[in-house]
Amino acid sequence: MQKCIKNGPLAQLLNAKKAYPVRPEPWKGPPTVSYRKMFRNQYDTDVTTWSPAGRLFQVEYAMEAVKQGSAAIGLRSKTHIVLGCVNKANSELSSHQKKIFKVDDHIGVAIAGLTADGRVLSRYMRNECINYSFTYESPLPVGRLVVQLADKAQVCTQRSWKRPYGVGLLVAGLDESGAHLYYNCPSGNYFEYQAFAIGSRSQAAKTYLERKFENFTDASRDDLVKDALMAIRETLQGETLKSSVCTIAVVGVGEPFHILDQGTVQQMIDAFEIVGEQEGPAAEPDAAAGQEASAEPEQGAAAGEGVAPMDI
Amino acid sequence: MNFMASKQPENSLLGPESDSQRTLYPYVTGTSVVALKYKDGILMAADMGGSYGSTLRYKNVERMKAIGKHSLLGASGEISDFQEILRYLDELILYDNMWDDGNSLGPKEVHNYLTRVMYNRRNKFNPLWNSLVLGGIKNGQKYLGTVSMIGVNFEDNHVATGFGNHLARPILRQEWHENLSFEDGVRLLEKCMRVLLYRDRSAINKLQIAKITEEGMTISQPYSLKTYWEFSAFENPTQGAVGSW
Repeated sequence: MQKCIKNGPLAQLLNAKKAYPVRPEPWKGPPTVSYRKMFRNQYDTDVTTWSPAGRLFQVEYAMEAVKQGSAAIGLRSKTHIVLGCVNKANSELSSHQKKIFKVDDHIGVAIAGLTADGRVLSRYMRNECINYSFTYESPLPVGRLVVQLADKAQVCTQRSWKRPYGVGLLVAGLDESGAHLYYNCPSGNYFEYQAFAIGSRSQAAKTYLERKFENFTDASRDDLVKDALMAIRETLQGETLKSSVCTIAVVGVGEPFHILDQGTVQQMIDAFEIVGEQEGPAAEPDAAAGQEASAEPEQGAAAGEGVAPMDI
Repeated sequence: MNFMASKQPENSLLGPESDSQRTLYPYVTGTSVVALKYKDGILMAADMGGSYGSTLRYKNVERMKAIGKHSLLGASGEISDFQEILRYLDELILYDNMWDDGNSLGPKEVHNYLTRVMYNRRNKFNPLWNSLVLGGIKNGQKYLGTVSMIGVNFEDNHVATGFGNHLARPILRQEWHENLSFEDGVRLLEKCMRVLLYRDRSAINKLQIAKITEEGMTISQPYSLKTYWEFSAFENPTQGAVGSW
């Protein structure tokens, strides 16, 4: 075993705390320690290796991939679930990636992370739903689909020739007991939520949702969509919220899963931009205020139009 | 082993599976099942006979069984195939219960599952030789359907299998109405079963009536219908036409 030089490069590497490099470190010349020591630790080569602390690093790295993806949020009432996501296109010339998928009339999913993995899992979910519908002429209960999905993800954490899926899924669906929102993560765990956000800058959305979630159970469908848009706005952190940067989808009792079209979304954004965060309109919706210019400086417009200041 | 059955003519198009055993004829069979929807759920009647060809060999065969919490299955045709179906459904309900998640398979789902099974077996030329009646009630919704050995399935307010199709359904069409009381439903079923008893040679005078409601399934003890054979036309049946029956 190599002797540990105090404060030498090896010691620094071994003592480094959770350092998740967001971008590769600048080239400092050829490495002075062996390549093996350049990785954070020696237990992260494959998913079937435990660390002495009882962790599977590959699974944790997969969950990192979810945190790097663009944000997706979900929230539910007793009868409806709303999914929303931030669409970021690579360039002005390209279209943005599809991150919300309809799985069945009563189930939809929003993803964050490796969208290719998300597409493959959506296809699996659609397949399961349609097979169940064909055999039983009845919709697959979302709770069962979520468990099947989680078991599928778990398989990838226990085979040396596989890697975990690098995508987090917010699954919205209905079953006999009402509306449900689940989060499936690459580790194979799943959790049920009243409201949740995943992806980059999701903490801001989560903070907003934590403040408001108690009202969600009995909220109307439109209020739920409004809250979803607000939560998305939190993740944008200063950027204008317009329908071109976000996608909203709704599913509920008597309302099959569908993605709202951009026009409807823009209308809803315009309506509440004027009203502000408080429930109940503080000012009359102004036709002129429909333009983005006045809605844009969310904090600046506060004094002029009676809109409450954003408290992030 | 039935050698006649597995011998193939030279120009047979069947592949390697042509020598495998497939159902060609039924052996121990049950006769009609009749069922109808009433106010609180479903009523179903079937006699307890298992015929071996023209012999009324077994007289204590229960041809109606509860499936899960919400459904009731009645079968006519090959009894051993009915038992096999019960094994399939037992496994289905078991896995459904194992989810333990508040969702459960209702009569519609079970009916469709059975349709898939029956139709797929028919496609392989190895049918389960049964006509099934599947009834139940879940969350206030009544359901009554039937599947045959060739996969024909439909749902209706009243169904019957075998001879019941010819003798019972006309009576039901005349006299069934929405929201029958329990007594009226039983009376109607007994009327159908009596006609079947008179006219179906494989019927025996020992029947059970099962009911399924939101509370669950109950099945009556076996009993007999009163019959009347003193019609004057029976005394000298061939009087009008010698050589007739």
